[in-house]
Amino acid sequence: MAYKTVFGSLDNFTKGRIDIINDDPKHYVFSNLFEVAKKSKPWEKVAVGINQEYVLEAIRAEGQSGWYSCDHDETVICMDGDIEINFVKLDNPVAAPGKSGSVSINGEPVGKKMGRVVLQQGHQALLPKGSAYCFTAKKTGVLLQQTILGDLTKQRWSQICLS
Amino acid sequence: MSTAQDSGVQTSGPNNFGYNDYVLGSFKFNRDEFFAHVSWPTGSHSISIDNFLRALQRDCAWDFFYGTVNFDHVVGTINHYGTVDLFAGRFNEAYRKAELDHSENFQTPKIRATFHSMLDNWTNSTFDPFASPAETQAPWGVKSGSNTDAVTRRRVAAARMVGVKGDEQIRTDATGHPINRMFADVPQGEPQVFAEPGFEGEIAAFNLFAYLSRSNVTWNPSVVSVCKESLYCPTTEEYILPIVHGNDRVEWFIQLSDEIVWDVADRETGAPRAKVTMRAGDCAAMPADIRHQGFSSKRSMLLVWENNSADLPGLIASGKAPQYPVSF
Repeated sequence: MAYKTVFGSLDNFTKGRIDIINDDPKHYVFSNLFEVAKKSKPWEKVAVGINQEYVLEAIRAEGQSGWYSCDHDETVICMDGDIEINFVKLDNPVAAPGKSGSVSINGEPVGKKMGRVVLQQGHQALLPKGSAYCFTAKKTGVLLQQTILGDLTKQRWSQICLS
Repeated sequence: MSTAQDSGVQTSGPNNFGYNDYVLGSFKFNRDEFFAHVSWPTGSHSISIDNFLRALQRDCAWDFFYGTVNFDHVVGTINHYGTVDLFAGRFNEAYRKAELDHSENFQTPKIRATFHSMLDNWTNSTFDPFASPAETQAPWGVKSGSNTDAVTRRRVAAARMVGVKGDEQIRTDATGHPINRMFADVPQGEPQVFAEPGFEGEIAAFNLFAYLSRSNVTWNPSVVSVCKESLYCPTTEEYILPIVHGNDRVEWFIQLSDEIVWDVADRETGAPRAKVTMRAGDCAAMPADIRHQGFSSKRSMLLVWENNSADLPGLIASGKAPQYPVSF
């Protein structure tokens, strides 16, 4: 028997559901990251998971992003699309020591080029502490970012979750 | 009953079926051809040996995991991160009302040594408790060899991310990880990585979906990436989660492929609270006051996301941190 593995994408996803027996559906904070990205502006970092200070952000990847940096490691998974990430080792850190979450860089980063990676669906990349990074998506896609709640994180729970 | 001096494991020689009996505090364990039998001062209980070994395998591999590992509706463990409670009826409302529940606390090394010895002694050569039931033979019968390599698999725990130089590495045929029969259609191409000289240890990416398609175990979260105490612990799921996990903190599930249905019940009483159906792209929290068990008809990819902070169970238990991840 040939099995078919079902992944989701911006154009093709089927959201699940909660059947309540004796509970409040809000307790499950249930959303679908493709649905969230479909309704987001390009490069908005919308939280789809939160656990104390830690967050997971769904990002609509479209065109070229600005440059970001962070004072701790982060990762992204390409959930849909083809996405290139360019990295620069900053001469001077942009994110203050101890600062949580991604921060935006005004203009071009100053430092040595570290390299680039090209991701397709299911690929995961490290966004190393102290680097600057920038995304390019030729076709609209979706990223899932593992990070910490920061100034750029948008929380829209009542708009995105089952209730 | 003899006691091994180095580990403190109290065990007999082979019983009539060839398996060792075990004593841990006032709990007694023995197996026959079909069942694990557990007894304690106020009662006894039998569990089908396939279910018992699958649950015991997870409890051993996860070093008692986060919170409660219910082997079934009667027997299980609670991790206190240094000590472990072994209980019978603790999370069963009827046992509690009848005052037949029983719990004992052990130093982790003692219960760990006993459980590891039991798992190794009670698992025959052709049974793999970590495998899908469709990919292993049955555990029935008298003792017939052992499967130590299968029950002592090393658990993956990346320090930064799989694929980073010096960290956990990707899976291939050469590492003994063929593509699973249910993931034969998963693209295997790796990301293109172009690191400038001197940055080879910093620029890293890997194909997570291909990595998961080559997992040879089920229902076994293992760490692939780390952001301080935020751990990505993806796993591949087929058939039924062999334990019922009782949370001591909020846990998150991100469904990466296919579908899993979760039965969610009250952590203390087992009273059903919800059924959560998750499909690719769905994100859902499992609150800190529930127990859950998953069902996956087709092998699926699940990203389990954990907050590994040692402070969380105490903060939640004392009411200083909420049972639910966010209010809205």
